Amino acid sequence: MIRTTLGALLSHWWRNPLQAFTMIAGLAMATALWSGVQAINTEARASYDRAASAIGQGRFDQILNHDGTTVTLTQYVALRRAGWQVSPVIEGSFQFGGQGFSLTGIDPLTLPRDIAGGTRVDLADLAEFLSPEGLVVVHPADVNVLTALGTRLRSDPSQRRGHLTASVATAQKLLGVQEFTRLLVANEQPLSRPTLAAVAPALVLHNGQDQSDVARLTDSFHLNLTAFGLLSFAVGIFIVYGAIGLAFEQRRPIFRTLRTLGLPLVTLMGLLAFEHILFALIAGAIGVALGYVMAALLLPDVAATLRGLYSAEVSGELTLRPSWWLSGLGMALGGTAAAASGALWRLNRMPLLAAAHPRAWAAEAQRSVRRMLRAAFGLGTVGLLLAMFGSGLNAGFGLLACLLIAAALALPFTLDLMLRGAGMLARGVVAQWFWADTRSQLPGLSMALMALLLAMAANIGVSTMVSSFRLTFVGWLDQRLASELYLSARTHEEAAALAGYLEGKVDAVLPIISIETRIGGLPAEIYGIRDQATYRDNWRLLFSVPDAWDRLNRGEGVLVNEQLFRRQGLAVGDQLPNQGDMVLGVYGDYGNPAGQVVLGLSTFRARYPDVVAMRFGLRTSAPQRVAADLREKFDLPPGAIVDQARIKAMSLEIFERTFSVTTALNILTLSVAGFAILISLLTLATMRLPQLAPVWALGMTRRTLALLELLRALCLAAFAGLAAIPLGLGLAWLLLAIVNVQAFGWRLPMHLFPVDYMKLGVLTLLAALLAALWPALRLARTPPDRLLRVFSNER
Amino acid sequence: MNAKIAILLLMGLPAAVTAQGFAGLGIGAGGFAVPQPNYQFDFPADHGAHPDYRIEWWYLTANLRGPDGTSYGLQWTLFRSALRPGEASGWSSPQIWMGHAAVTTPDQHFVTERLAQGGIGQAGVTSEPYEAWIDDWRMAGAADLSALTLSASGPTFAYEMKLTADGPLVFHGERGYSIKSAEGQASYYYSQPFYRISGNLDLPEGVVTVTGDAWLDREWSSQPLAESQTGWDWFSLGFDDGARLMGFRVRQADGTAFSSATWIEPDGRATSYPDGAFNAAPLVQTTLPAATVPTSWRVRLPERGVDVTVEALNADAWMTTAVPYWEGPVTVTGSHNGRGYLEMAGYDTK
Repeated sequence: MIRTTLGALLSHWWRNPLQAFTMIAGLAMATALWSGVQAINTEARASYDRAASAIGQGRFDQILNHDGTTVTLTQYVALRRAGWQVSPVIEGSFQFGGQGFSLTGIDPLTLPRDIAGGTRVDLADLAEFLSPEGLVVVHPADVNVLTALGTRLRSDPSQRRGHLTASVATAQKLLGVQEFTRLLVANEQPLSRPTLAAVAPALVLHNGQDQSDVARLTDSFHLNLTAFGLLSFAVGIFIVYGAIGLAFEQRRPIFRTLRTLGLPLVTLMGLLAFEHILFALIAGAIGVALGYVMAALLLPDVAATLRGLYSAEVSGELTLRPSWWLSGLGMALGGTAAAASGALWRLNRMPLLAAAHPRAWAAEAQRSVRRMLRAAFGLGTVGLLLAMFGSGLNAGFGLLACLLIAAALALPFTLDLMLRGAGMLARGVVAQWFWADTRSQLPGLSMALMALLLAMAANIGVSTMVSSFRLTFVGWLDQRLASELYLSARTHEEAAALAGYLEGKVDAVLPIISIETRIGGLPAEIYGIRDQATYRDNWRLLFSVPDAWDRLNRGEGVLVNEQLFRRQGLAVGDQLPNQGDMVLGVYGDYGNPAGQVVLGLSTFRARYPDVVAMRFGLRTSAPQRVAADLREKFDLPPGAIVDQARIKAMSLEIFERTFSVTTALNILTLSVAGFAILISLLTLATMRLPQLAPVWALGMTRRTLALLELLRALCLAAFAGLAAIPLGLGLAWLLLAIVNVQAFGWRLPMHLFPVDYMKLGVLTLLAALLAALWPALRLARTPPDRLLRVFSNER
Repeated sequence: MNAKIAILLLMGLPAAVTAQGFAGLGIGAGGFAVPQPNYQFDFPADHGAHPDYRIEWWYLTANLRGPDGTSYGLQWTLFRSALRPGEASGWSSPQIWMGHAAVTTPDQHFVTERLAQGGIGQAGVTSEPYEAWIDDWRMAGAADLSALTLSASGPTFAYEMKLTADGPLVFHGERGYSIKSAEGQASYYYSQPFYRISGNLDLPEGVVTVTGDAWLDREWSSQPLAESQTGWDWFSLGFDDGARLMGFRVRQADGTAFSSATWIEPDGRATSYPDGAFNAAPLVQTTLPAATVPTSWRVRLPERGVDVTVEALNADAWMTTAVPYWEGPVTVTGSHNGRGYLEMAGYDTK
């Protein structure tokens, strides 16, 4: 019996292959978007973990020489013998076989135990690693070039390309140096040990957490991607919900027949559940595969973006991780379950002989509009409560979810209102019929329209966020990198010599001078800046007192960055907890986790007479010439002079890439939504013949009817689009002003891009038009006898 | 102190050995020197390091008591394991040093370890003046080891101790040539089992002043175990009448064991017993997260009328070091009463 019943149920899909395709395609696309974004995120995160563990930066405190030179073996052994659990690191680069390589030398015996990933040398490899000929760990792609290096090579895919890891002894030999770049400080230290100053006075401790913590910065980017992935999935689920709902309605006669033949309700429901699980698994598998392809295509761009934006190394190669493909399948199953539960519930409550009547269905749908509206109000209230009483990242995301689902659920009612309004304004029979008929179709289209609404809102939200991010970040680059050249000295003597040499040769030499400290228990930096037009012209103050710059230079107060400002709950005119300085102004400082305080240079020098500037910003109209001159006169290493124009060009290029990623995702979600409309219209088309036939019989041509169908699709899409704009902007605002502040401590100013929204609107209409085209064509070509047959049938 | 950690060190460290199991310890492999019978010890030089041999250790265990009568155990060990024979200065040294320190209380067991490469001064042993060190851990003092200071520290504990020897050095096996298997694997092995020890344990509960007895083992070799041997159980027991017993059994893959023992009179006179004389049988097994180990034993040396039950002070004295094993203080009851130390290796099958 079960087999026969299953055959009867599945025969529906054989007879309606298109509907089966919708189900699978909708779910597969949703899963693809979700798992693709997940894949990108997991891959990137795994890359940071590798990078972070490879160099130990960000996770471990570091010990460096105070003047930027190396740490000696004597200093290292003295620290170890005093109980300090430190591990030496040698870093350098060399040319081999016409290529540049960076090399990290480590001591596997003292490397902190909690360091992760490939850097941890297995004890079993120790003999080889510490052998006289040495062992160098390389990326597989680098093996060929390095074969002639004279050491043994170990190919390891987790190694970054162009980057090598070896023992201290091997690194000393390859780089021709003896001393260490820095010491890693293990997190676990013995109960007591003497201070660093008592053991090695020339060395300074850098706190690992307040260094540029790559993961924390890039979280911003991933947060955006994750939000996008979730939104895309929601769009897909609405489609599946629609498809399942329609299939359910269409199969009512089958259910009725099966039940009257004696099939128990439990068996029927079980078989339907089985059917849905089958669909979910097939679609989920396709979706994960599609997601993989999408991620593989997008990852190089994402990798380039992250590398450029935050110097975060992402390999650009995708590995299949169980975590994300399992999560993709899980989302597909969960989504189907959510979408099917409503249908199964209705089946459970359906009277045995309920008629499969479209009009009855519509009436039922009217009731469901009100139910959805109530649910929307409920969710809205939850969102409001979250906004008022919640705090933290999860509350932000919760608020986001509430807003979106509430808006989607309220859409049918809103559209109904709009259509009713349009109907009242309508003059003439045809127009009145048009609006009334559109309203009657609304229930069948509402799921697809909700999907469209969410897709558009997501597009508007994410584009607004990315573009705002771009504008802000570029502005910030202008502000923080106002000088044409940046110069780093290696020693105090070199710094003095450089400053002396440059006097008169450039328009201005701006010393970059800072100390690290703690304010309110959290890491912070204090900078001293020279009174110069560069700062006044370029630094935008978010809040300030009048004449802030003049007062700063008179030593009457300080400027603070937004992070410190928000963290300490300060107001302009307040006093800082440490020194009691008055806050004169607040500047945006995006991407920096630490607090910052800016003093006038003279105040800084008076307060910290021992601190010497090792870096300088140079204002000049001929950066190339000055840079070449300096390199020649001072034998500076390549990284000592940085050309600001190059950094900026690089950053802009990165944003272009980010945009290409966003655009690709935008187009994908829109297509998914457009597809949903197509399917809904196709399904409706067959059911609508009984309603269209009388209109045709009254003299309206099939052609006109088809045109009206097209117009209807456009109108509905346009209405949904109108509703999507405020929703999308609300979404962007939430992401920028709530989620971002909760996650990173700074708020991105929101910029509006009306032209982009217009373009998106046109795209949406185009999608709706394309979706409606085929059903309309089919209507135009419906043979008259089929329309006539409507009248010969009972209904 | 027996085969002990040697096998673990050798299993853990050089890749070639890991791949071949114990077979990698064959004579002459890698050019290491091999212990020979009738060796004439040369002190104080032999208290120092022997870089031509593959493995070596300075192994100190102590049974302590606090002012309230609470028993404690203490371990301080410096292992040397050579990747290649000989020494070189700087980072090209083939010598790897490993320090293990532990304090055991009736309900807690604190462990910490240190690793260092030789040649750079971070770890080593000098004989005149005597100093064995790794990082800030030290065992130093008189060149004849008669008086020492001892210190170690970890993230959760630290200790500072003073030791004074009350008797002579004791040589195991044939005048310090200690055989480990029927195939003839052997090591150089002597002990100073007569230390009186006192000092402070710095534990999370606070500083405890303790006194007690300590036992120092010195051993070096290049091939301590035969291929068929899977691990060992080693006992150092001090009896209330002043006599001491060192006994070990090296377990064979076929379920039998190779045993050896040294009976030490209160005045230091020592008698060695060959395979079979010393007998140790597990009474109670304890399952720990990493392995199941026997924590109560029946130990017999019939020729000396010894038939005792040896019980762990704290069953969970598992050394969670890179090379894991069980090492902890024990109490002795039966024909003789006393206390001592137990080490069990080769149980971490998980």
